Amino acid sequence: MNRPGLLTACAAMLRRDLTLAWRRRGDIAMPVLYALIVTMLFPFALGPEDTLLQRIAGGVVLVTVLLAMLLALDAMFSSDIEDGSLEQLVVAPQPLALMLGMKILAHWLTTALPLIVIAPLMAAMLHLPGAVIPVLLLALLLATPLLSLLGAVLVALTAGTRRSGMLLALMLLPLCVPAVIFAAGAVAAAQQGLPWLAPITWLAAALVLAAVLAPLACAAALRIALDA
Amino acid sequence: MANWIPLWLHKLGSPPTFYRFAGTLQPWATALALVLGAIALYGGLVLAPADYQQGDAYRIIFIHVPSAEMSMFIYAVMGVAAFIALVWRIKLAEVVAMESAPIGAAFTFITLVTGSLWGKPMWGTWWTWDARLTSELVLLFLYLGVIGLYHAFEDRRQGARAAAFLAIIGIINVPIVHFSVNWWNTLHQGSTINVFGQSKMSSDMLWPLLTMMLATKFYYAASLFRRVRTDLLALEGGKDWVRRIAEDEAGR
Amino acid sequence: MSMLQSALAASGDIAGFFRMGGYAAYVWPAYTVFFVALIVDTVAPRVRRRRVLRELRARLARQQARQDRTGSNTIPSSPPSP
Repeated sequence: MNRPGLLTACAAMLRRDLTLAWRRRGDIAMPVLYALIVTMLFPFALGPEDTLLQRIAGGVVLVTVLLAMLLALDAMFSSDIEDGSLEQLVVAPQPLALMLGMKILAHWLTTALPLIVIAPLMAAMLHLPGAVIPVLLLALLLATPLLSLLGAVLVALTAGTRRSGMLLALMLLPLCVPAVIFAAGAVAAAQQGLPWLAPITWLAAALVLAAVLAPLACAAALRIALDA
Repeated sequence: MANWIPLWLHKLGSPPTFYRFAGTLQPWATALALVLGAIALYGGLVLAPADYQQGDAYRIIFIHVPSAEMSMFIYAVMGVAAFIALVWRIKLAEVVAMESAPIGAAFTFITLVTGSLWGKPMWGTWWTWDARLTSELVLLFLYLGVIGLYHAFEDRRQGARAAAFLAIIGIINVPIVHFSVNWWNTLHQGSTINVFGQSKMSSDMLWPLLTMMLATKFYYAASLFRRVRTDLLALEGGKDWVRRIAEDEAGR
Repeated sequence: MSMLQSALAASGDIAGFFRMGGYAAYVWPAYTVFFVALIVDTVAPRVRRRRVLRELRARLARQQARQDRTGSNTIPSSPPSP
């Protein structure tokens, strides 16, 4: 029996998850629709005043993206737990952390990337100045993978429980505070014409750290949650 | 040969032994907490003079600061117990970690409420997004997350291990939150209030505060012993030593 | 009590003590929250302990009753308690 190489296994994992996501395209559209609806509600609630909307635009887009991701987070491992393929993954010879890292990447590609694509539209709905939009996109590109990685650890911890939606939000809130602060801080700084590189760099540092540690923590959490 | 210490610790880790041990210590801890608490309250509320700047409102400090200290102390204890529980799979450590969480959450809640009640007359607002206050709020959410995750599992021990893992993640998280909120406050200059001005405390204010800190430590010990004893009874319901206790107490 | 009263006489009357220099509306609720939270924390495990032991005794009684009914030819799931 010859074991397939690590790269082959990673690619297979990624292809499998993307194929599964593609077969349920409707699920991909849901967070996007949700984010658009929430963004649309803000001008109705606060009034169409330009300056006010401009001031809150960056924060609103970030929080909306975060909530939309939270909506989809619950489903990250659920179908794999139901059909038992996650247990197969745990006993597979390939390192579990690496395989989970691939799953997290696939999840980010299918849920966060569409949100980032429509983020300029959301920003435009709230009259965010065009010059700030690149900074917003950069902040989102760094903050959303961070949230996916942190969320994956928590989803893995709740893998053995039923109905974990609200609990997940409660657990994610303390962890996502720094990411929200730095991402929103970068956008706010750019809007005020201040240097915005420092918070972006902090986000990038946090992302690198999380990319290394979160899959390992995720694997450990999954072993705890599935060990019956 | 000094191997009686690990041997003693090993024995203490067994539920019936710890049940007896905690049962012996618990009344003493309760008594010490009550006596020290009464002395501290008498010293703080009656003997200590009013502050020349804050008047009598500063007297909230005698419960606010010990509670704030306990909220972090208990999280540290919980983290250490969680680590032991995950690495050595000791049942008692799991129970200690999980039963610490509600006590810590209670102290964190007290800290937030008393801080609010102190802040309103002193700086005119119930709440400000200061790094310390925000960190304390995040700490409350961490405690609630640990408690919630523990109860979400049907298997108690599995829930304890998952929640212990979350507690350890939280320990890494708190300093990061503190740092990021500090950074955030320098960005938004308008809202910063110098909440904790540096001032020297006179000794007749200091000793009730230190006594109260000691009293809350003993209170924590007593409450933890009581909770762990109850939890051990629930966990080991099928064992003989628990049956004997159940039958002994039926007569009373 | 006399000690307390003498101390209070030194710093003012009892009503003055409860007035807390005008901050009574903040100081006393803070102390109330402190004590209520700790009392709840103390009482909850006692209540739970009583419930756990009651349920355990009920389970033991059911086991005992089942044993008495079926006689001694069945093997009990756990050794009978004296």
